[in-house]
Amino acid sequence: MIEIDNISKKYGTFQVLRDCSTSVAKGEVVVICGPSGSGKSTLIQCVNGLEPVQQGRITVDGMNVTDKKTNLTQLRARIGMVFQHFELYPHMNVLENLCLAQEKVLNRTRSEAVAKAEALIERVGLSDHIHKHPGQLSGGQQQRVAIARSLAMDPIAMLFDEPTSALDPEMINEVLDVMVQLATDGMTMMVVTHEMGFARKVADRVVFMDEGRIVEDRKTEDFFSDPESPRLRDFLSKILQY
Amino acid sequence: MSGFDFSVIVSALPFLWEGLQLSFLLTILAIIGGLGFGVLLALARMSGFRLLSLVAATYVNLIRSVPLILVIFWFYFLVPLVLGRPVGGFYSALIAFVMFEAAYYSEIMRAGIKSVAKGQVQAGKSTGLGYWRIQRHIVLPQAFRNMIPVLVTQAIILFQDTSLVFVVSLRDFMTASSIVARTEGRLVEMYLFAAVVYFVICFAGSLTVRRLQSKVAT
Repeated sequence: MIEIDNISKKYGTFQVLRDCSTSVAKGEVVVICGPSGSGKSTLIQCVNGLEPVQQGRITVDGMNVTDKKTNLTQLRARIGMVFQHFELYPHMNVLENLCLAQEKVLNRTRSEAVAKAEALIERVGLSDHIHKHPGQLSGGQQQRVAIARSLAMDPIAMLFDEPTSALDPEMINEVLDVMVQLATDGMTMMVVTHEMGFARKVADRVVFMDEGRIVEDRKTEDFFSDPESPRLRDFLSKILQY
Repeated sequence: MSGFDFSVIVSALPFLWEGLQLSFLLTILAIIGGLGFGVLLALARMSGFRLLSLVAATYVNLIRSVPLILVIFWFYFLVPLVLGRPVGGFYSALIAFVMFEAAYYSEIMRAGIKSVAKGQVQAGKSTGLGYWRIQRHIVLPQAFRNMIPVLVTQAIILFQDTSLVFVVSLRDFMTASSIVARTEGRLVEMYLFAAVVYFVICFAGSLTVRRLQSKVAT
């Protein structure tokens, strides 16, 4: 489904990504972790072309993201993305947030869009809040709305860019629950996160990045039980200590 | 207060009202035109096309560096040359105001647009919305909300600036007051009255700004 082939990227003279290759098969859940500044967020933003790459190739469902001729707008409509800071539209209520792209991009009628929005808002457990504005919701609720907004487009894959990093601790689980449900339903997912409990529970593979390189790309059990590189061992010992 | 005769104002009211209507009309049309052209200038200046943003930046800096009265003159003499026929004082003044205000509005809007988080654009892009739809539905509504107080302030200045149209022989409120003042020989009364009228209108505008500011802040 997602093929990342030897991509490299620089911001000025700073090399953010170096020869990164990995893939996500249909229905697979891949977690990407690593210290801050390791390039994991940049990597995931390259997958739907939000960040351009200078070298290498990314294809999603057969479409070449890195080819300049590809219609990125069309491609992005098929890939969902969830951001660290939710990025709900603050001037629209929850329902409008979910309907905008459905109507403008997928050309659904108002009633189709509303029906879809209501179903998804119910699925993330926020039916009582559908007419509220994002500012009236907690962080966890906002992120669940953001997930529903992406799902409203019937995406073929979902990208999560640190979806719980900006949340208060007691709200992390409600968001992870929605993501676990999504994974068990068979959604293809690429998730940048530090939530190792989530990775253990639903990830098929875990990718560890450091200084712009993919250091390890392993099956989930092996990743935790048998880390090969000293860098990963060091990282795991630090984050799994408590 | 002997020697003052305010009755002259009453008899001149219809004449003054005509002038005030012209002032309002120019202000409103210039705001609408200025906003429309200003949005385009702001988007052009912030666009990735170097040439486009350079042209927009040059225009804005040029217009903002000359006095409004000179711009009004320019267009009075320039527009007939371009169109090949005279368009009259009103239209040339209106075009001048639109072009002039657009330069200021575009800077206000550029600040407003920049105040909208970059992530909002990314969120729009990630759902497959194109550039114009992102601007129209996501960025501009938020930007406008942030910049309404500054825009109203600029509109108040514009209203006062319409008094400059006397240079192209248009009769706005200020010009009408001057005419009455001179023909009736009642300079003090008329200029006092004109000041009161400007004050009432502009102060009401300022109060609106203050109310809007507290509304935007919440």
